[in-house]
Formats: sequence, structure tokens, C-alpha cells
Amino acid sequence: MKKETKNTESVIEIRNLKKSFGTKEVLKNISLSLQKEENLVVLGKSGTGKSVLIKCIVRLLKADAGEIEVFGEDVNTLEKGKLDDVRKRIGFLFQSGALYDSMTVRENLEFPLRRIKKGLSEAEISAKVNEVLENVGLAEALNKMPSELSGGMRKRISLARTIIVDPDIILYDEPTTGLDPVTSNEISMLINDIQKKYKTSSIVITHDMECVRTVADRIIMLKDGEVYKNGNLTEFEKDSDEYISSFFKGQNVELNKK
Amino acid sequence: MKPYKKVKNYARTRTIALTDTSLEHTLSAKKFFTDLADVFLFVGQVFRNTFSRGFEFREFLKQCFQIGNKSLALISITGVIIGLVLTIQSRPVLVNFGAVNMLPSMVTISLIREMGPVITALICAGKIGSGMGAELGSMRVTEQIDAMEVSSTNPIKFLIVPRVFAATLMIPLLTLYADALGILGSWAAANIKGDVSAVLFVTQAFRDVEFMDFIPAFIKSFFFGLVISLTGCYKGYNAKNGTESVGIAANSAVVMASLLVIFVDLIAVQITDLL
Repeated sequence: MKKETKNTESVIEIRNLKKSFGTKEVLKNISLSLQKEENLVVLGKSGTGKSVLIKCIVRLLKADAGEIEVFGEDVNTLEKGKLDDVRKRIGFLFQSGALYDSMTVRENLEFPLRRIKKGLSEAEISAKVNEVLENVGLAEALNKMPSELSGGMRKRISLARTIIVDPDIILYDEPTTGLDPVTSNEISMLINDIQKKYKTSSIVITHDMECVRTVADRIIMLKDGEVYKNGNLTEFEKDSDEYISSFFKGQNVELNKK
Repeated sequence: MKPYKKVKNYARTRTIALTDTSLEHTLSAKKFFTDLADVFLFVGQVFRNTFSRGFEFREFLKQCFQIGNKSLALISITGVIIGLVLTIQSRPVLVNFGAVNMLPSMVTISLIREMGPVITALICAGKIGSGMGAELGSMRVTEQIDAMEVSSTNPIKFLIVPRVFAATLMIPLLTLYADALGILGSWAAANIKGDVSAVLFVTQAFRDVEFMDFIPAFIKSFFFGLVISLTGCYKGYNAKNGTESVGIAANSAVVMASLLVIFVDLIAVQITDLL
């Protein structure tokens, strides 16, 4: 895939997205776009509908209103077969990792590969599995069961499973939540590496500020189901708005100690 | 106590107080019907996916092994004991009538017609129903089912259809096995008080058994397998978020499956009666 002009072509275009559960309106009116080869961070407090947003993109949840165009196709109205074609080009890293418990790491990695990239030979599959495991630095985990892995290792294997099918877009649902600072940082670096190596565009959902600083090309902040601010890291750090600076400046350490 | 909700009674043009209980009843009735519709939709989806292209044969074999082989020990023990108990308890009555030689055929008929299929189905409702409920429930909670869906694999096709197929096939086989072991247990029991050779016992046992005793029971057990697996899968697949719901899914799967087994038995006996 050749690319002459950077950051002009948008791969995801969301317009006026609405989603509510019962009487609770989670997403009120969201519009955003993801440019090619860009890391877009979606920031916001827990419960502001960040996960709901990316689940709507792959139609794990169906949006109530609005358009979600992925590669120019509106996923909300696509029929099943076409939807699968779009899904094949999107990788989704789940918050919990979502590794299949009953399968070994190898089987976990082979699962999407055999189903999405049909017609690969056994040797090619094996080579691909080894390649992605190398990329996430866990070649030794090949024959382990997910239950034998630590939290950070699960996240990495899960990441390996996401990238094994060479997706054009990767959606990360809180990739560093529940990990120690060192492992978090490693995962953030890994996200950057993957973006460079596979030329993917990604949406990263997080409230881990270190991760934001490492990966963000652009940031969108959500508040009360709407886009609160859209900009790059320096714009956000300079912003004097109380809600925004509560994320970017350290919390009141002295106050909390009292 | 919560304040009453005031609603307008248009017939009498005055406001009446709607009590909490009547509101709750309306809501629970609504929930009941939406759940029922949900069940039918689910079953419809399962059947549609069963007959569409691409059967997950490996998963099917794996599930057959899980359901069949892993229930074998449990079914063996139960089968033998049921045969044993039936024989020991029926014997004194028959002795009074001087009809001890009727004992083997009586026990065999009750085993084949009713005890074998129902006991096997109830045991399987406990073991397989809860297993499916818990496994699929935890897959739902940990987003594994979602992960499958985004790797463009239909979870119903991959997870549910092989399980339903395997259970529908394995439970009749387990029933046959339980019947056989029940007869063995019965022979053992007959030898506690009396002295019967195996050949004589089997001859007496099958003297009055007809083929038509056997066929309805066998068909019935297919339906037992079907309802047990559909219930387990439905409860697990539709588990809500949170670990608590895994327990609820497993528990309600067992309760519903056992109840449905009894209902299917009731319907089956009516149909058999007509024949």
C-alpha cells in the first residue's frame, strides 16, 4: 500500500452518532473522523460511553441513529456478508483480552487467521503465528493456555491475535488498564511499533495519561455523551479548562494528603 | 413504601392510584413475553444456522466427547443403582402374589420406557445444562463471544449448533447405556435374595418387552437432548455482564432444563398413548 499524502484520507467517519440503553442516553451526538495512519485517542471518564463508541464501529452494538462510515461503507445498515468483509479489516483489542480459554495460545492466534485469511497453507500459518509472537516479544508462550499467562502477557497475546490478520484499523479498548506502569509503557510502545510497522490507523480508548502521551497523534475528549474537545496533545496540555486540566495536570496531591 | 403512581382512569375521568404490585405485575408480564419471544428467536437462529452452509465438524466431535464420554461414569453409577433399587423394592410385592418370575420383565419395561430416559436426562440436565450455561456465560462476560463475532465467525454456528447437535445425539446413546446398566443392576439385585442365572434373567427380562416399548422412549430422549442443550446454550449465550450472571446462567439452565425434561416427558407419554 503506497501513500503519498499523509493524514488526508479518513478511514472512519462518524456523524451524529446516538446510542442509548433504556432511558439512559450514553452517546448523545458524536461526530468524529479517523485519518489514515493516525493514532486517535478517545479520552473521558469511565461511563462516558467510550467502549460503546468503538463497539458501535464494529456493530457489536447497533447505533440508534447517525452514520458510521468505515472505508466508505455505513456499517449500521450493511447486510451480514458485507459487514463481515468490513470486520475483516478491523482489529479489536478487548478490554479483558478476550482470549479463548479453551484454546492454547497457538490456537487462539490461528483462530482468526484460519477464518479471515482462508486458503493459507499450514507452513504459512505457522510462520505468521511465530512472526506476531516475536513482534509482541512472547515467542515462548506458544503452547501455553491463557490461564497460565499473567495480565500483561494476556494483553500482548491478545494484541498479537488482533494484528495477525493485518487489519487496516485497530480499535484498542483500554489497552493498559489493570497493568503496572512498566508493562503499561511497554504496551503503549508496542502500539506505536505496530502502527509504524503495519501502517494501521487506530482508535485508542484509555484514561491512562502515560499511554495518551506515548501514543496520541490526536485526542478527542468525551463528556456527557458528546465531544468536549478535539485537538493534539499540546493543545490539550495548554488548555485551562478545569475538566480538561484535571486529566492532564497532576491531581491535588497536597489536598488529598490532608 | 414507595408512593403510588397516579394514573388517569379515562373511563371514569378521575385519577386512581395504581399500586406498586399491579405495576410490577404489568412489568413482569411484559418481561415474560419479551423473554419468550427472545427464546423463539434464539431457537429460530439456531435452526437456521444448522441448515446453512459450513458445519463446524471438529467442534461437534469435541462436544460429543465432552458430553458423551465425560458423563459416562456418572450415568454408569446411576444406571446400576436405579436397576438395583427398582428390583429390591418391587420384589416383596411380587413375592406376595407368587409372581417373582415377572420381576425381570417388569423392571426392564419400566427402565426402558421411563426410568432410563428420564433419569439420564435429569442427570444430563444437571451436568451438561449447567456446564453449557456456565461456559457460554463466562465466554459472554469475558467478551470472548464478541471477539468471535468481530473475527467474522458466527458464534451461533461455532458455539451453539455443535453443542445442540452433540447433546441431541449423545443423550439417546447415554440412555441406551443407562438402560443396559440398569438391567445389569437389576440382575445383581435379583441375585441378592434369589439365585438367577444371567441367561434366565435376560430371557425373562425381554420376554414381555416389545419393540414399541423401546422406540418412543428412544425418540423421546432425542428431544430431551434438544431441550437440555438449547436451554443451557440460551441461558449462557444471553448472560448479562458481570461474574454473578455466570452463576445465574448455570443455575437457571439446570432448573429450566429439568423442568422442560419433565414437560417433554408429559407430552411424549400422551403421544405414545395415542399410538
